[in-house]
Amino acid sequence: MSETDVALRGLTKRFGEMVAVDNLDLDIPQGGFFALLGPSGCGKTTTLRMIGGFEEPTAGTIELAGKEITQQPPHKRDVNTVFQSYALFPHMTVAENVAFGLERKKVDKAERKTRVAEALELVELSSLASRRPTQMSGGQQQRVALARALVNRPRALLLDEPLGALDLRLRKQLQLELSQIQRDVGITFIHVTHDQEEAMTMADTIAVMRDGRIDQLGSATELYDHPRTAFVANFLGNSNLIDADVVSNSGAFAEVDADGGARLRVPSEPVAAAGSAQIRIGVRPEKMTLAPANGDSAATDSNALLGHIVDAAYIGLATQYVVHTDGGADLQVFVQNSANGTSGLEEGDRVVASWDPEHTFVVEREEPNAG
Amino acid sequence: MSSSGEAAAPRSGGWLTLRRRKSLLPLALVIPGLLWLILFYAIPIVSQLWISLQTGNPDDGFAQTWNWAIYGDSISEYSEQMLRSLQYAGTATIACLIIGFPLAYFMAFKAGRWRNLFLLLVILPFFTSLIVRTVAWQTILTDDSWITNALKTVGLLPQDGRLLATSFAVIAGITYNFLPFMVLPLYASLERMDRTLVEAATDLYASRWTAFRKITLPLAGPGIFAGVLLTFIPAIGDYINAQLLGTSQQYMIGNVIQSQYLVVREYPTAAALSFIMMVVVLIIIAAAARLIGTKKLSEAAVA
Repeated sequence: MSETDVALRGLTKRFGEMVAVDNLDLDIPQGGFFALLGPSGCGKTTTLRMIGGFEEPTAGTIELAGKEITQQPPHKRDVNTVFQSYALFPHMTVAENVAFGLERKKVDKAERKTRVAEALELVELSSLASRRPTQMSGGQQQRVALARALVNRPRALLLDEPLGALDLRLRKQLQLELSQIQRDVGITFIHVTHDQEEAMTMADTIAVMRDGRIDQLGSATELYDHPRTAFVANFLGNSNLIDADVVSNSGAFAEVDADGGARLRVPSEPVAAAGSAQIRIGVRPEKMTLAPANGDSAATDSNALLGHIVDAAYIGLATQYVVHTDGGADLQVFVQNSANGTSGLEEGDRVVASWDPEHTFVVEREEPNAG
Repeated sequence: MSSSGEAAAPRSGGWLTLRRRKSLLPLALVIPGLLWLILFYAIPIVSQLWISLQTGNPDDGFAQTWNWAIYGDSISEYSEQMLRSLQYAGTATIACLIIGFPLAYFMAFKAGRWRNLFLLLVILPFFTSLIVRTVAWQTILTDDSWITNALKTVGLLPQDGRLLATSFAVIAGITYNFLPFMVLPLYASLERMDRTLVEAATDLYASRWTAFRKITLPLAGPGIFAGVLLTFIPAIGDYINAQLLGTSQQYMIGNVIQSQYLVVREYPTAAALSFIMMVVVLIIIAAAARLIGTKKLSEAAVA
């Protein structure tokens, strides 16, 4: 995972006035599963298409395995793409589709045959080699597209929303299969998706994109537990975000004032990194606990906010509460329903919502995003 | 239409129950076309066959003598015009394909918002009659037209050479007149094509030219087939172009049939020639369909 496979330097793409990709710098490590995650229109597909050679960058360079390929046409690039629509050749059989790239590369016939058979084996479609793509289900077509790309053993495999057209159940299954296949073949996968769960399930590294830029890059855990922007905090799962003012920052934890005077503790490092006294702090709904507010406050180590329950929704494995704090914030809290049943708290109850300060993250204070 | 269904249907529906109406609908849809074909295709064909076997002359009338020999006689007498028809129509069809494919490709993929304008331009010649258009070509190709003079100036045509009254003029006229029949089916088949397939081919190491050869061309196959048939079949029976742009040296089988019917009034010969032409065309279509249809386009492309 040390060597860089694909390197983007100052990559920019403009369509007329619209800036699709904005001065992007990115190093994609070799052999990993890398996801470009973002809402539609964030520039992730354009980035992928520039790596594939289907769009010409307005500015910047693309390197593959240390060599610049910015000006190379797609057929000269050692990358292959799995298209969102699969783009299987309807006038060829599955085997002919898979053999297409090898034929162009003048791989001799015997080896071609073996490799096509191997690739079809990998995606468990050996028995359908002589079918036409049009006679196959969406999931099967998806696998053919994957085999057709992988059989060439490219330096990097580009996947453009490869599961977007499939139903939920099949998507879940193929997510696991895709990451399994990636581990087996060891080829760098660059995966574009707008589905945060998909990215988190499959990718080693996720780059969250917004407005043609990368908001934050890291592993799923890093992004989930330590989002640095409100956008990332809300795009990957749910977040409670409240404005806070830094009172002091020394030692492991900083102290902040939030929610109308409550004194909360926040890990010191991200507060220092934010570089401002006006920050926003956040905590995930499932990291909070609720207890009836009965005078004696909980463990002093915890962050705690007082409030009352304004909504309680039972959703099976958890109960989802909305707590209106005395400071005026609305907090989402997920309480897991254990063997002992639900927490017994009801709408209107006065509660204290508390969480471990370690689980507090810090984002820059900006225009509040929806979510 | 089971009787139990009818029994269950309310009386007020009469005999035209919903079920019966549904089963009659396809029949109702096909009847007008069927009648048309019987009246204006099947009956004339049988009557042509009947006439072709008669003997006699226009003044004394014709009598049925089952003269099958007329088919052999007609072929040997007019084989020159028949071969010329095949040659002219074939050349014009190839010319239409060569001119039409890039045009259709341009309209389907590159014309953008001008696409409809180009489509209109392609069918615009149909707004005037075939005769008028061909007469216009007479003017264009005539001996002292600017085109003829220009070609003489650059030396492509000898000083005493001419364009009008040559096989070139006839083939050019046919090409011009039937070009839309080639362009429209080609356009329809290209326009339906998913352009991502070409991207996928270039992604799989195919150059643009290889992608065109392996993907675009095979997928346009049905359009090419349709265009070739729609051009070749009417072209082979055409007589207007040979008559207006050629001389008797360029006459095609259509001219012979026309003069046998309307000038010489040798009805059996004209009918026999029409029949022979029809059979020849059917054989060509069957051969082409077999070539393109059963031997799958893909196999041809991958081989």
